[in-house]
Amino acid sequence: MAKRRATPVIEFRGMRKSYGSATVLHGIDLALAEHEVVCLIGASGSGKSTLLRCADLLEPIDAGSILLDGMPVSAEDSDADVKRRALGIVFQGFNLFPHMSVVENVALAPRVALGLSHDEADGRARTFLAQLGLAKKADAYPDSLSGGQQQRVAIARALATEPRVLLLDEITSALDPVLVAEVLETLRALAKSGMTMLIATHEMSFAADVADRVAYLEGGKLVEIGSAKQVLRKPKDARTKEFLRRVRSR
Amino acid sequence: MAAPRRSRKGTLVAAISTIIACIAVAAVVGSSAAWPEVQHAFFNGERFANALPSVWGAFAINVQLFVFAELLILPIGLLIALARSVQAPALAPLRLFAMVYVDFFRGVPSILVIYLLGFGVPALQIPGLPKDPFFWALVTLVLIYSAYVSEVYRAGLESIHPSQERAARALGLSRIQSLRHVVIPQAFRRVIPPLLNDFIGLQKDTALVSILGVVDAFRRAQILKAADFNFTPLMTTAVIFLVITFPMTRFVDWLAARDRAAQLGEQR
Repeated sequence: MAKRRATPVIEFRGMRKSYGSATVLHGIDLALAEHEVVCLIGASGSGKSTLLRCADLLEPIDAGSILLDGMPVSAEDSDADVKRRALGIVFQGFNLFPHMSVVENVALAPRVALGLSHDEADGRARTFLAQLGLAKKADAYPDSLSGGQQQRVAIARALATEPRVLLLDEITSALDPVLVAEVLETLRALAKSGMTMLIATHEMSFAADVADRVAYLEGGKLVEIGSAKQVLRKPKDARTKEFLRRVRSR
Repeated sequence: MAAPRRSRKGTLVAAISTIIACIAVAAVVGSSAAWPEVQHAFFNGERFANALPSVWGAFAINVQLFVFAELLILPIGLLIALARSVQAPALAPLRLFAMVYVDFFRGVPSILVIYLLGFGVPALQIPGLPKDPFFWALVTLVLIYSAYVSEVYRAGLESIHPSQERAARALGLSRIQSLRHVVIPQAFRRVIPPLLNDFIGLQKDTALVSILGVVDAFRRAQILKAADFNFTPLMTTAVIFLVITFPMTRFVDWLAARDRAAQLGEQR
């Protein structure tokens, strides 16, 4: 599925991040090829969310570098806002804008950040909503939607700037179990369409199904990375084995 | 979620107890030996009616004052609130200025500010500076109430969860765009009741303009009073102010109740 190209869409080199004296990421090296789907697994507090926030240029990193299509980018650059449009992120808590209708949520960035006209942005938003099966909810307000629908609106909103890569931060963790499936189905469809994605998740069977590669994160270090099959079925590292054993015995 | 309706019996009890309370107060006040004189000096029906047209006419000054002031305070208060929340280290002086400004104008009695600006500044005789007392009364009210209103705005801005701004920034919006489209619209909705509350205070404080010799409703009433030492025209002024502020106070209460109901609804 993954077509390897010379230049990765996004690449981290020796990325380090500390909050005060606590180091959260200890030198992360990872590159995603175009159309590749990588799942990040690991316990809560292992640094998955921090990695994704740094990747989205929402948090400055302390050492190392981030390359977007081969070009170094930084949260501290004056054009970080522009670069962020090439990066889509979806949060665990949806974070939809409650004072805007669904279509306004999705059209905001195309209109304000990309400078599209009101009609163009509206049209684009409705197209993405239709793709995700939300055409009928376009004029509703977020608080009238189910959690699964809200999270799919958040995905449509992240897609509306046509990002090069989509970052997903445990986006099913805040959902009722019955609503998880519809969101995962949306992600499967996105993966099939060739979207490059970095997904932090606790859903192991989903990771096995959708990921080209799986990376296990522990204590801010990438302990093991390999094909989904290899890492999830025949982990080499003892720490990965222990984590998977604990997750599966739940 | 509407509050449970009070039963018919409950309404009846409430009405009867209110009537008894009013009769009791009237009985105590009316039993005073001096009541007929007080009634003549303060609550004289004929003088009330005579004063009404001219006090009402002068009230136009108060209305102009608070309408202009409110239109200026809404944006200025917001700018001060935003200045207090700037994060960039280079803009620290701006933040400090906003802080000192708010502390100063909330701390100094309005009457002193209007004296200083209304009499002090024209006395400097700087060419180009207006000497119109109405202008300086307007400046005073805008300076003082912008300080109060900026604090209302600031509380509103801080009540919006940081995840909202983060989501906007993640979409590629700049900090200013995020404030403009995501944070401020949500904050503004939340602060409408306390904002209107400050405006009720502002409307009453327009009577301060009389200190500078402008003939507003209060000053007109004082002039009428001085003619025959009957205080009834002041009561006329009070009634006019009440008529203007009463709908607003009720509206603020209604808004607050509606917000409470909406929040309860969210928590269901």
